[in-house]
Amino acid sequence: MFEKALVGTKRYYGVLGFLLLLIGIGFFIYLKQLDFGLGITGMSRDVSWGFYIAQFTYLVGVAASAVMVVLPLYLHDYKAFGRIAILGEFLAVAAVTMCILFIVVDLGKPSRLFNVLLHPTPNSVLFWDMIVLNGYLLLNLICGWTVLQAERNEVPPPKWVKPFIYIAIPWAPSIHTVTAFLYAGLPGRGYWLTAIMAPRFLSSAFAAGPALLVLLCLLVRKYTKFDPGREQIQTLGKIVTYAILINVFFFFCEIFTVFYSQIPDHMMHFKYLFAGLEGKGQLVPWMWVSIVGMTLTAIFLVIPSVRKNENTLALACGLVVITTWIDKGLGLITGGFVPNPFDTITEYWPTIPEAFITLGVWAVGFLILTMLYKVAVSVKEEIRA
Amino acid sequence: MSISRRDFLRIAGFSTLFGLGAKAAFEMLAPGELEAKLAPNPKALTAQRWAMVVDMRKLDDQTAQRCIEACHRIHNVPDFGNPVNPEDQVNPQDQNRWEIKWLWKEKFEHAFPGQEQPYVAERLHKLNFLLLCNHCNNPPCVRVCPTKATWKREDGVVMMDQHRCIGCRYCMAACPYGARSFNWRNPRPFIKNENQTYPTREIGVVEKCTLCAERLAKGQLPACVEVSNGALTVGDLNDAKSKVRELLRANFTIRRKPQLGSNPQVYYIV
Ligand code: SF4
Ligand code: SF4
Repeated sequence: MFEKALVGTKRYYGVLGFLLLLIGIGFFIYLKQLDFGLGITGMSRDVSWGFYIAQFTYLVGVAASAVMVVLPLYLHDYKAFGRIAILGEFLAVAAVTMCILFIVVDLGKPSRLFNVLLHPTPNSVLFWDMIVLNGYLLLNLICGWTVLQAERNEVPPPKWVKPFIYIAIPWAPSIHTVTAFLYAGLPGRGYWLTAIMAPRFLSSAFAAGPALLVLLCLLVRKYTKFDPGREQIQTLGKIVTYAILINVFFFFCEIFTVFYSQIPDHMMHFKYLFAGLEGKGQLVPWMWVSIVGMTLTAIFLVIPSVRKNENTLALACGLVVITTWIDKGLGLITGGFVPNPFDTITEYWPTIPEAFITLGVWAVGFLILTMLYKVAVSVKEEIRA
Repeated sequence: MSISRRDFLRIAGFSTLFGLGAKAAFEMLAPGELEAKLAPNPKALTAQRWAMVVDMRKLDDQTAQRCIEACHRIHNVPDFGNPVNPEDQVNPQDQNRWEIKWLWKEKFEHAFPGQEQPYVAERLHKLNFLLLCNHCNNPPCVRVCPTKATWKREDGVVMMDQHRCIGCRYCMAACPYGARSFNWRNPRPFIKNENQTYPTREIGVVEKCTLCAERLAKGQLPACVEVSNGALTVGDLNDAKSKVRELLRANFTIRRKPQLGSNPQVYYIV
């Protein structure tokens, strides 16, 4: 079945070629990073995690959101999603692969990666994160691939995958919950020390992932002979709407607790992000775009006519992807480290090499996504022909 | 051949179980090295629970500086503002980002954020507090480390194994005292006078103060304590007759962020 990923139109090869180029550049700069050390990034003693870990955090959400397709299909027998379940699962495969790569490029000593397995440490959340991520990758590969194969042969999926499908459903929120716990249990980091971290992660993930899937479905419809379906896209749109509303609500819950209590350790991070402290506040415009944009998009999406029109829906989904990305991919990690434990401010901004390595990893993800989607779409075209 | 002390202890433990004894284990692993390394120095300083008291009444600025220099010199801590070869100059911003420090000075409001009070004790605000890893009794850095590269010894010293650390920097996010540094780049071109008896580090690992575990094992006091003219004291918290207990009994002391539950073991007399 995989051979289908290797044959295609000129445009298909063009996309692959472009992604390979980005991967090549990213890899080359990564070799530089291995040689010089993580000093080529913008990270510092005070902001010791940056862009890499932020992308990882965002993408875990995208990966987890595949469950938003699989769950209605298998638990509520919502048959319409049978048509796009594979797109959700393959999006998860690509996203988890990126997550794992982002962790690897962030390590100071990647050659010692296996120390995590050689010295298993159950008290470390990172240990569990590694387990759930790899498990999730495997589950999605198994489920996606077997179901697609069955579809191609026009037989029902084999019985043995059923348990895997059912395990994958609770597994999805678990990857994002464990990732939230990476941050939420640390003393002295007021921005992260909140029990609503995991719920917030899930709500933004269940908005961002399906929003991305809507956009991908529209692309698939435009460029291939396979139509994911209007009903499917509309249902995804509703999921995005409720999830982003809940996410905005959670954000304001957080704001209430932090600012009504007036506890400085918790307030100062928000002040840094949304107003700036001691004249430093390079994230301020970003954070305002994120929260105002997110709130407006949420309200916008509630209006049925907006949601029903695929053009405005696409626009709203694009905004959801961008605003949630700013929140997690920029603000969350930096905001947790600034101000530092001495109440002083060291700002962080990714450097150019760091940005190119990041782009390279994203390109790996999109390469995997493109090839897997190519396989899926070819199979769908074939059985309908 | 060199093996880590921990690996040795583990294998020695097994060998003892099988009736071979520690010596046999060592001969198996590193023949001939035994006499030099194994026999615990009878003069070694030991404690059930190490703690440090910093007497700010005695710690003037020069003394603090002397402590820092002694510590950083013997532990080969790089100084990015002062490279061995002039062509390795680092701009001030990067010096700040890459800084590695085991022992350093900080003003009261930075050392004890949230505890400053505008109209009280002007004297406090002029002081430079000497900060280091607190060798917490309930250390969050140990809790989060996925490889046990950071671990707590029986006697309370929180140790770093630079050969096991994968450089994930989770411990840096977890330490609420900013006590850990990361080797963002190769530190060696920034070590002017290398101490041959203590290892230098390489890129990609975390490091911090280890309460001079290597000196305690030889019966010496930590380097900072030695040069502090009595401003710094280490001792056994579990020994009611120890010097630290005496100081704690006779003086009011404060600790950094005790409300976080990490139970820091560096006490400050102010
Ligand atoms: S001060 Fe920081 S590094 Fe030292 S033991 Fe406590 S938490 Fe760990
Ligand atoms: S950076 Fe090293 S010491 Fe710190 S948590 Fe990771 S493996 Fe452990």
